[in-house]
Amino acid sequence: MATQHSRSAARLMISPAVILLFLWMIVPLAMTIYFSFLNYNLLRPGAHDFVGFRNYYYFLTDPSFLIAIKNTLILVLGVLVITVVGGVALAVLLDQPMWGQGIVRILVIAPFFVMPTVSALVWKNMFLNPVNGLFAYFAQLMGLQPYDFLSQSPLMSIIMIVSWEWLPFATLILLTAMQSLDSEQMEAAEMDGASAISRFIYITLPHLTRSITVVILIQTIFLLSVFAEILVTTNGGPGTASTNLPYLVYGQSLLQFDVGGGSAGGIVAVILANIVAIFLMRMIGKNLEA
Amino acid sequence: MGKISLRKVTKKFGEVAVIPSLDLEINDGEFVVFVGPSGCGKSTLLRLIAGLEDVTDGVIEIDGVNATQTPPAKRGLAMVFQSYALYPHMSVRKNITFPLKMAGMDPAEQERRVANAAKVLNLTDYLERKPGQLSGGQRQRVAIGRAIVREPKAFLFDEPLSNLDAALRVNMRLEITELHHTLKTTMIYVTHDQVEAMTMADKIVVLQAGRVEQVGSPLELYNAPANIFVAGFIGSPRMNFVTGADADKLNAKTIGVRPEHIDLSKDAGHWKGTVTVSEHLGSDTFLHVAVEGQDTMTVRADGDVAARYGDTVYLTPQADRIHRFGADGKTLK
Ligand SMILES: Nc1ncnc2c1ncn2[C@@H]1O[C@H](COP(=O)(O)OP(=O)(O)OP(=O)(O)O)[C@@H](O)[C@H]1O
Ligand SMILES: [Mg+2]
Repeated sequence: MATQHSRSAARLMISPAVILLFLWMIVPLAMTIYFSFLNYNLLRPGAHDFVGFRNYYYFLTDPSFLIAIKNTLILVLGVLVITVVGGVALAVLLDQPMWGQGIVRILVIAPFFVMPTVSALVWKNMFLNPVNGLFAYFAQLMGLQPYDFLSQSPLMSIIMIVSWEWLPFATLILLTAMQSLDSEQMEAAEMDGASAISRFIYITLPHLTRSITVVILIQTIFLLSVFAEILVTTNGGPGTASTNLPYLVYGQSLLQFDVGGGSAGGIVAVILANIVAIFLMRMIGKNLEA
Repeated sequence: MGKISLRKVTKKFGEVAVIPSLDLEINDGEFVVFVGPSGCGKSTLLRLIAGLEDVTDGVIEIDGVNATQTPPAKRGLAMVFQSYALYPHMSVRKNITFPLKMAGMDPAEQERRVANAAKVLNLTDYLERKPGQLSGGQRQRVAIGRAIVREPKAFLFDEPLSNLDAALRVNMRLEITELHHTLKTTMIYVTHDQVEAMTMADKIVVLQAGRVEQVGSPLELYNAPANIFVAGFIGSPRMNFVTGADADKLNAKTIGVRPEHIDLSKDAGHWKGTVTVSEHLGSDTFLHVAVEGQDTMTVRADGDVAARYGDTVYLTPQADRIHRFGADGKTLK
């Protein structure tokens, strides 16, 4: 797109798509903002009065709001740490030449293809269940009391489930990055007297930074909105112990039928997500520049 | 010190013997060049010496010590790769310092050596740049810098100039030769370019299919090639080979004569032929002459010879410059 002419032609050509996407985004957003200023509860028919910022006030001063924010952060950070560290380790392992490499790689990637609701149910009923679960079985084998993961440490259990879902993604991205590492660079480092650990620190990790950045950015966006896993396992409980922001909004608008309050919560969530995104781009986005 | 001996070194990849039992002596301070056609095992041999590849059989000695099982870092050798293999995320300074840092050297000494290497290689102004911001020749020099700071027993170069353009290649060739005169360290240099081999080497090792065809100084190889392969490989343009009656007369299967050892005449000579191509280089003219009953022959003439396409010329080989080869390809004495 070098010339003035081709540039304006290009703009003209992509404008329908851009306009459509813009409407796609702006209409629901505008409606949500509009509802968030109304006193609009499905259980109370009648006029929907304009109530100003009252919905926001209630949402932000709700004691579960701060808990939800804290839980969201713990969930996102916990999963990020587990998947990035585990992903790097798995990528390094899978990059070693070994027998049956192709099959092992497919097995590692497989969890990513399982729907969140399904994998959460599998975890809930087959692994974590204190009566029938596999973990309970092992605990009993060793003569220990089975641990009721979902009620004793619900947030940790959800972190475990979500990490299991996202580890393949991180591994996949990091493995492709590993494979693009020039083998002569490794050999040069070997001749330069770098031990395996030094080679990992000075050659492999710097080579992976860009992919790690991509993994963190993409995962953060999806992890901020983890919902299905909570819905089918803990329902945000016990109490609010595993309620994150999306789940709080859901509870507000659908369990309490409060459209206005839910919309306000949604807008708050959007604003917070944007703050996180800007923060992230500032902090690690520069890794993406060539 | 940097004396390297290979004894009965063999390398197999699976069932394929890339290097079938090879013996070689490299003396301290020598500039040794491995040449050979593509795929003949030059890089493999270099990597065996470096320790990046395990030998299947045989012994590698460095300074009289058996180093066959020694890991690469402990052999005291430095290697310059064809792709340079610089660390892209480190500045030039960090790249050059890396081996010293890995050796846990005193920082002041590191500083001194890097400054020294940068001065020798004209890199002082580029120390803070990343490899991506350098030209090919500069990257090449960084790679050499990273090798020399360690003060290794020997340098290993794997086709270090093949990514550079012709003019720069000539330049870097001189620089590496000068570096060898200054450092007086053993250098092993792999190339498939016989001009590089002839101009730089103290000793050339001609390889074919993993076997050593001949070892000797450039002029030894040029004047007394051991066999038809070496005769054809060393020298540019290539030696002309003649079979048939002319060879039989000299009791040989094949005779060879270099383009520069053929006299050209307009009216009389041993062979009669027609000029097909004439390449005027200014200093020389290379004529490709179609000789009846023979392959096309190449002749070197003076720069001002005005032969053109279709001209008839007569060629006479200089009698004392004819090489004779037997049926097995070996040179006949
Ligand atoms: N890892 C490997 N596995 C199997 N065969 C290999 C391997 N590395 C090299 N070879 C084979 O060994 C032979 C010699 O390879 P090598 O790289 O040493 O050639 P070379 O002389 O350096 O050629 P070039 O001038 O093209 O670089 C080739 O036939 C190549 O196919
Ligand atoms: Mg090679």
